[in-house]
Order: sequence, then structure tokens, then C-alpha cells
Amino acid sequence: MAAPDTHRAIDAVWRIESARLIAGLARMVGDIGLAEDLAQDALVSALERWPESGVPDNPGAWLMATAKNRAIDQIRRRALVERKHSELGYELEALQEAAVPDLEAAIDDDFGDDLLRLMFTACHPVLSAEARVALTLRLLGGLTTEEIARAYLVPTSTVAQRIVRAKRTLADARVPFEVPRGVDREARLSSVLEVIYLVFNEGYTATAGEHWMRPLLCEDALRLGRILAELAPQEPEVHGLVALMEIQASRARARVGPCGEPILLLDQNRARWDRLLIRRGLAALARAEGLGGALGFYALQAAIAACHARARAPEDTDWVRIAELYDTLARIAPSPIVELNRAVAVAMAYGPEAGLELVDALAPERSLREYRYFPGVRADLLERLGRFDEARAEFERAASLTQNERERDLLLKRAAACAPGIANQP
Amino acid sequence: MRFMIMVKATADSETGAMPAEELFTAMADYHEELVKAGVLLDASGLQPSSKGWRIKYSSGRRTVVDGPFTESKELIAGYTLIQVKSREEAREWAKRFPAPFGEDAEGEIEVRQLYELDDFEPGESVERFRAMGVSTEE
Repeated sequence: MAAPDTHRAIDAVWRIESARLIAGLARMVGDIGLAEDLAQDALVSALERWPESGVPDNPGAWLMATAKNRAIDQIRRRALVERKHSELGYELEALQEAAVPDLEAAIDDDFGDDLLRLMFTACHPVLSAEARVALTLRLLGGLTTEEIARAYLVPTSTVAQRIVRAKRTLADARVPFEVPRGVDREARLSSVLEVIYLVFNEGYTATAGEHWMRPLLCEDALRLGRILAELAPQEPEVHGLVALMEIQASRARARVGPCGEPILLLDQNRARWDRLLIRRGLAALARAEGLGGALGFYALQAAIAACHARARAPEDTDWVRIAELYDTLARIAPSPIVELNRAVAVAMAYGPEAGLELVDALAPERSLREYRYFPGVRADLLERLGRFDEARAEFERAASLTQNERERDLLLKRAAACAPGIANQP
Repeated sequence: MRFMIMVKATADSETGAMPAEELFTAMADYHEELVKAGVLLDASGLQPSSKGWRIKYSSGRRTVVDGPFTESKELIAGYTLIQVKSREEAREWAKRFPAPFGEDAEGEIEVRQLYELDDFEPGESVERFRAMGVSTEE
């Protein structure tokens, strides 16, 4: 195998093995920053040796053994330094010697729990949302700093700094490497789910830049979600989130036009929806519901997405059911954005008048004023009611609020279509 | 990107005989690994060609030919569909696929990449094809 080929093969091995490697090491040394350094050192050794020796049969085990030896060296060295400064020298040495075999045994255990610990730690609420995302993609997604930077359209140095700072914050806060229990668990789990969904959404509807979607981020998020579903199979909301992402991802091909412009749900060619992902999504939703999670935040959204997925044509959509689901969602997770979506569903089920009434009731909501979908929805309803002048003004306002160029083009086009003269044509 | 790992049929698989317990376990273990890594999309074994049929197209005519078909190497006995980050990752997973008919038996798998919309920044020529109504994706 030529050297560049080996390097690419090593990248692939890294992608597959890095998360459990870092997770296993983190349990051993109790610090994810140090664990990642050790794993990286093992990767460097692989890059030095494998082009000569070939990729070993079990590359994951090779990397783990190499990193583990380094970890044990480090622990011994640290003990040595401490001994020099301490009166307790011999006792400490005895302790460390005793501890090493335990660590070796521990690391050979099932790595699933370690991965779950790593996920919870990387998504710890002590970190900012941006830091959690970067750390999760890096430690669990196996992405390089450059890949994360490219995905988020920010300089590599920014991501690198974010990761360094996040690791320091975790160490300073002495965040234990563990799966939280009891009441804490639920809140911490929603933090993990939130991070995964943030990644997915950034890929699904890019907040900035010239592209409407960045599908690779969607794939990364889906992969993380699918992994989590295996690590915590008893958690209904995990399956709810996976269901939501699978069903939304099933529309990826249909929601972008030939020139990169967005195509809205009801205008999409449903033949281009990915039936395999829909099937997987519906199965995940059934799993969430089977675990008693039908009323979960993500399961409800997945149920709404499923209503669309089941409709063969837009006119087959069960809008009454969707309006009901939004109603439930608004009760368990009240937010102006959910209300806005409920208004859209109500408009579809009972007519634009009923929808507009709900939207206008939301108008004073401060958080909605700068939210680009608000004037967009209002514009759409006004247009359907034949109030074209008001509709045009709202479309233009929506266009001024988005940072996504593709979306802005679409909104301005719709504004122009409301111009007097062509306004009355179908 | 998606890849399909296809298991080529053998005379033995064409008889419809169930695989040995050991092989079943190896396959289950492998696929479980894929699920845990979040890369498995779909997988299934296919029934022997004696239960299938072919349709041949020639000079505007269609002829239905019932199985079984003899050239077993041309037949597929099962498939595993994965979604991965790179071609090399697919290769790495494929390398870990168990010997499809047991360690001592002859067997062959073939891996093919699926066409898909992997970027949304079509070039000029892609645009021209699209304008002509020719799909460049599927």
C-alpha cells in the first residue's frame, strides 16, 4: 500500500475508533483533555509505523494498547514527580503500582458506558452551546478541527481555541467523567440531545452563508443520534430525536432546487423523498412511543414530521392532526415559535383567517420580532387572503431578516409576485 | 456517502440452506458493530434465485424468465447498506465483514457506492444536463 493510501486508511480507522479510544482513556485518566492527547499520540505512532508495517489486523486494539501504555507511563511519571515533593513517597508508589492493574482491567470492559460518559461530559451544561458542539463533533464524531471549522464557516483557530477552552473549563470545574443519575440525568440528557439537534439543524437550514443546506453536518448529527440510540436504548426521547432527524433528512434531496434554491415542504417532489430514511424514522418514532414517550419534545415533532411523511400528496396531509400535535407541543414546551407553527397548521386545517388570528395574537411577542419566519408566515397568510400589499411588505421584511442568501432570494421573489398587476393572477 | 456491501451467491447459498449457527453469530456481531457505530442503514439476505425471475429486454420485447439461474457468481445472496464519511471508511468496514459463508468456505463480497446528491453546488455542465432533464444524481 502506498503511503498516501495508508494515511487515508489511518484516517478511516481514526474515524471509526477514536471515540471509544478517547472514552476508554478518559475513564482511565479522569480527564478528557489528557485522554484526547494520549489518543492523538497513539495516532501519531500509527502514522509513523503503519506505512512501513502495514495496518494491523485489529487497528483499534493496537491504538488502544499504545495509548494505554503511554497513559500508564504518564501516571507513573506523575507519581514520581509527586514523590519528589512529598514525604509520602513510598506509600504513593505502592498505591500507584496497585492501581495500574486495576486500570488495565477497567479499560477492557465494555466501552459502551464510556462512550455514554464521554457524550454526557462533552455536552456538560458548564460549557457554552458552541463549545459543546465543537467538543462533541471532535471527540465523538471523529471530526478534525479543520472539518468542524469548514462546516461552521469559521476560522480553524477559532474552533481550536473553543476546544482548548472547553477542555480547560471541564477540568477547572472538576466535572466527573460519569453518566449522571437521578433527577440530574434528565436535564443532562436533554443537553446531549440539544447539541445533536443543533448540529443537525445547522446542516439542515444553514443560518448563514450562500448554501441552504450543509448535508454533511446532517449526516454527522444523524450518526451521533444513531450511536446514542444504541447507548441509551431505554430513553424514549433519544429515539424521538432520531426519528425527527431521519424523517427530516429524508427530504434533503427534495428541498433544494437545481440552482440551490430552497423548495418548501408543500412544493417538494415527494418522489424524491428517501423512503428508506422515512421507514427508519417511523420505526424510531414507534420505538419512542412504545417506551411511553409519545409526549416527548422530540417525539411530538417527529410525529408531526411523520404526518407529512405519510401523506402521498400535499392535499392528503392530516392538518387537523398536525394542529393537535402542535397544540400538545405548545403545552409541554411553550414557545412563540411553536405557536407560530401551530398557527400555520391551523390555517391549513381551518383556513387562513383562523391562522392569521393566531399569528396576530403573537405579534407583540418580543422574541418573534427578529425571527425571520414570523413575517414570512404572516406574509403567506395575507397573500392567501388576497391582501397583497400587506403581504408584499411582510415578505420584504422577512427577506431583510435572513442571513441565508438562498432564502432571501426566495422571499424577495415571493414579494415581487405580490406586486400590483400580477397580484390577482393565480 | 452510502455504500452497498453485496454478498455474492454460491451453489450452497442457492439451495436456500440456512447458515450455520456460528456464521449467524458472526454476522449478527458484525452488524451490531455497524449499528453501534451509527453507520448501518439496512441489511437483508435474499432468497435463492429459484424463487425469483428475470425480465429480458430485446428489440422492443420483454420476456419473463423464471429462476433458478445457474451462474451463481453473478447472483446476490444478501446486502448491507452503510452510510459513512469516506470511501476509506467504507473500505475499513468492508475489511471487517465476516467471511460470508464461514472462514473455510469460498466466498466473495463486492462493495459499490450509491449515487447521491452529495453537494449542492452544481457546476455549469451539471446545470446543462439538468436543464435538459437528465438526472445526474440517480
